[in-house]
Amino acid sequence: MKGSDTLVTLGLYFALMSLFAIGGGMSAVPEFQRLAVETKGWMTDREFTDLFAIAQVSPGPNILLVTLIGYHVAGFAGAAVTTAAICGPSCVFAYAVGRAWDRFKGARWAMIIQAGMGPVSIGLLAASGLIVARAAAQSWIAIVIIAVAAAVSYWTRLNPLWIFAVSAILGFAGLT
Amino acid sequence: MSATHDAQPAASSSPPFNPSLLDIFVVFASVSLSGFGGVLAWARRALVERRKWMTPEEFNDLFALSQFLPGPNIVNLSVVYGARLRGPAGSAAAFCGLLGPPLIIVTIFGILYAHFADVDGVRRALAGLSAAASGMLIATVAKMSQPLRASWLAVVIALGTFVAIGVMRWPMPVVLPLLLPMAIGLAWWVRR
Repeated sequence: MKGSDTLVTLGLYFALMSLFAIGGGMSAVPEFQRLAVETKGWMTDREFTDLFAIAQVSPGPNILLVTLIGYHVAGFAGAAVTTAAICGPSCVFAYAVGRAWDRFKGARWAMIIQAGMGPVSIGLLAASGLIVARAAAQSWIAIVIIAVAAAVSYWTRLNPLWIFAVSAILGFAGLT
Repeated sequence: MSATHDAQPAASSSPPFNPSLLDIFVVFASVSLSGFGGVLAWARRALVERRKWMTPEEFNDLFALSQFLPGPNIVNLSVVYGARLRGPAGSAAAFCGLLGPPLIIVTIFGILYAHFADVDGVRRALAGLSAAASGMLIATVAKMSQPLRASWLAVVIALGTFVAIGVMRWPMPVVLPLLLPMAIGLAWWVRR
């Protein structure tokens, strides 16, 4: 457990990121990493990528990565704060906009905003991919796993659990 | 359940039935717990194909809205759809179903990680998992980038974002307030 300062930082920062996660929660991964690893030094790059992988393997929305970050930094209180903060602002916003959506969907300005945000969200997601892949690329076998997992999930509809199972076994066998 | 699958009523904004708060909670919990590697596909399967709570068009519309909104898409979807079914309480039921059960599981994983991350075999397995997880994220990026090819401007914006955030590592709270208005302005300028 850390002091309440840490909890306040977590709460404010993740609440802000709730509104900056354009196009989905994973868009904010670069900022989570920057805060947790580079600015605050709460964890190593490797630990961050471990948590990212655990969130992907767990059932449920991938955004639960923030729960793992919160827990790692400040225990149960940290987990509760980050989870509530990442959902709170965007949920309130979603509730308000959801009620009015029928009136403005298809409106010209809404389509222009969507068209502008789309490429930004893809750029953010690509940055997330770069950041976690760079930390995961610890050995040439790990690089091969990254490439094969990317290719398999791009070109086939194989259940991701298989990809995870095989790569965890390869890792466990000491190949990475 | 049985005879509803032939004629879908033409686009009615309110659903023709009234699931209870418990129904809503249970559906979102089951969707969430079965949703490895992306809950949205499972949400579609459960809400559109299995339970027929909405038409494919309604789902696409809801999905577009959820992406339009900031924050986690599937969480937005649960809030908006829950509200349509049963107001604020419906939102809360969908949200709690979606996040409650997996939250418990992921917290257990977090506790296990805190205890066993340094065990050699665990470390090695996690190294494999991390590689796979990042490879799969790259595949998602590749899939999502396909529609970008239609517009060089979109490619430039996506690349600019990628370089600013991923390569230069500039902070998002500084970059986005500058970049987003620019990207939206350019989208407007192109469609003028």
